[in-house]
Amino acid sequence: MAAKRKTPVKSRNPDLIRGVSKYSRSKMYHKRGLWAIKAKHGGFFPRHDPQPKAPAAAEKPPKFYPADDVKKPLLNKRKPKPTKLRAIITPGTVLILLAGRFMGKRVVFLKQLPSGLLLVTGPFKINGVPLRRVNQSYVIATSTKVDISGVNVEKFDDKYFAKEVEKKNKKGEGEFFEAEKEDKKLLPEGKKEDQKAVDVSLIKSIEGIPDLKAYLAARFSLKSGMKPHELAF
Amino acid sequence: MPFKRYVEIGRVALVNYGKDYGKLVVIVDVVDQNRALVDAPDMVRSQMNFKRLTLADIKIDINRVPKKKTLIDAMEKADVKNKWENSSWGRKLIVQKRRTSLNDFDRFKLMLAKIKFWVVFNVLKIGIMLGILFPIPMKAGMVRQELAKLKKETAA
Repeated sequence: MAAKRKTPVKSRNPDLIRGVSKYSRSKMYHKRGLWAIKAKHGGFFPRHDPQPKAPAAAEKPPKFYPADDVKKPLLNKRKPKPTKLRAIITPGTVLILLAGRFMGKRVVFLKQLPSGLLLVTGPFKINGVPLRRVNQSYVIATSTKVDISGVNVEKFDDKYFAKEVEKKNKKGEGEFFEAEKEDKKLLPEGKKEDQKAVDVSLIKSIEGIPDLKAYLAARFSLKSGMKPHELAF
Repeated sequence: MPFKRYVEIGRVALVNYGKDYGKLVVIVDVVDQNRALVDAPDMVRSQMNFKRLTLADIKIDINRVPKKKTLIDAMEKADVKNKWENSSWGRKLIVQKRRTSLNDFDRFKLMLAKIKFWVVFNVLKIGIMLGILFPIPMKAGMVRQELAKLKKETAA
């Protein structure tokens, strides 16, 4: 097989208009240099004998034929992309969480994880929200921004937040009747350290802006007369 | 109760409906019983139904259908912008606009400022009622101070 060209060949015979080429058959014969090839090989086109094929392995008949023909599902090569981040949400934006344990809390956005979820932190000392993943749909983005340049969030990704797989310990019969000694899931020290490391510079930049700390510590709620569709966040 | 504000050439009005909602315009001609020709410095001269206009207290001195430049000069001379912004109606609109544009953080800061103001106010009130503090002159001054602070907060 001839080696593949690095750049695709531009057609030697351009179309003047669809269906009509610029050069005729005889012209193209000349352009392609077929006359030169013929001359080189004494008036004939060079022929290559077919290369000997490797002997095909003898196919054994299958041991098992399924009773019914099972349809194979069509191949799906789709790779889902992470959710499109709303333009208003940039690193350092203050978000309001709308659901879950921390509903109403105002929280600082750090970055979007590869799964599409948003990485968010309270900071923990201010409002008790730890490093947490949050779905973009459950969030109101405010226009308040915090300076996040001192924070390093490179190491956080979805695997960091994966649930730890419990090792199944084989129980003997007697132990089945014992109350399950469930030790409280303590947060590993590493995660506490990570939280502190992220929050240190954040809290400094938050304290630079007056009232921002109290703002983040307070929860958001709708009061009488507040119409969400008329509010500017 | 006779009418005080008339539709006349030079009458300033506020548009209360439609694409130009909230704009201050000047009536430069009357088309027929229902419509007026209306113009403003930042708008193409067009016709508008009177129902879309609310007349203001301001009137400027122009001839029928002046050129844009003449109109602008007449508005400057009559100082329409300042008269409007200092009138109680104009001031209310400005405050309304400011309130709707408040950020969530701004609303929080406003809440803190209001709490601070009312705490001081009530302390003073009770102080005066109990005769502890000096009566009226001092209180009015303090109250006006706090009111000014609050207004600055809402204006900021």
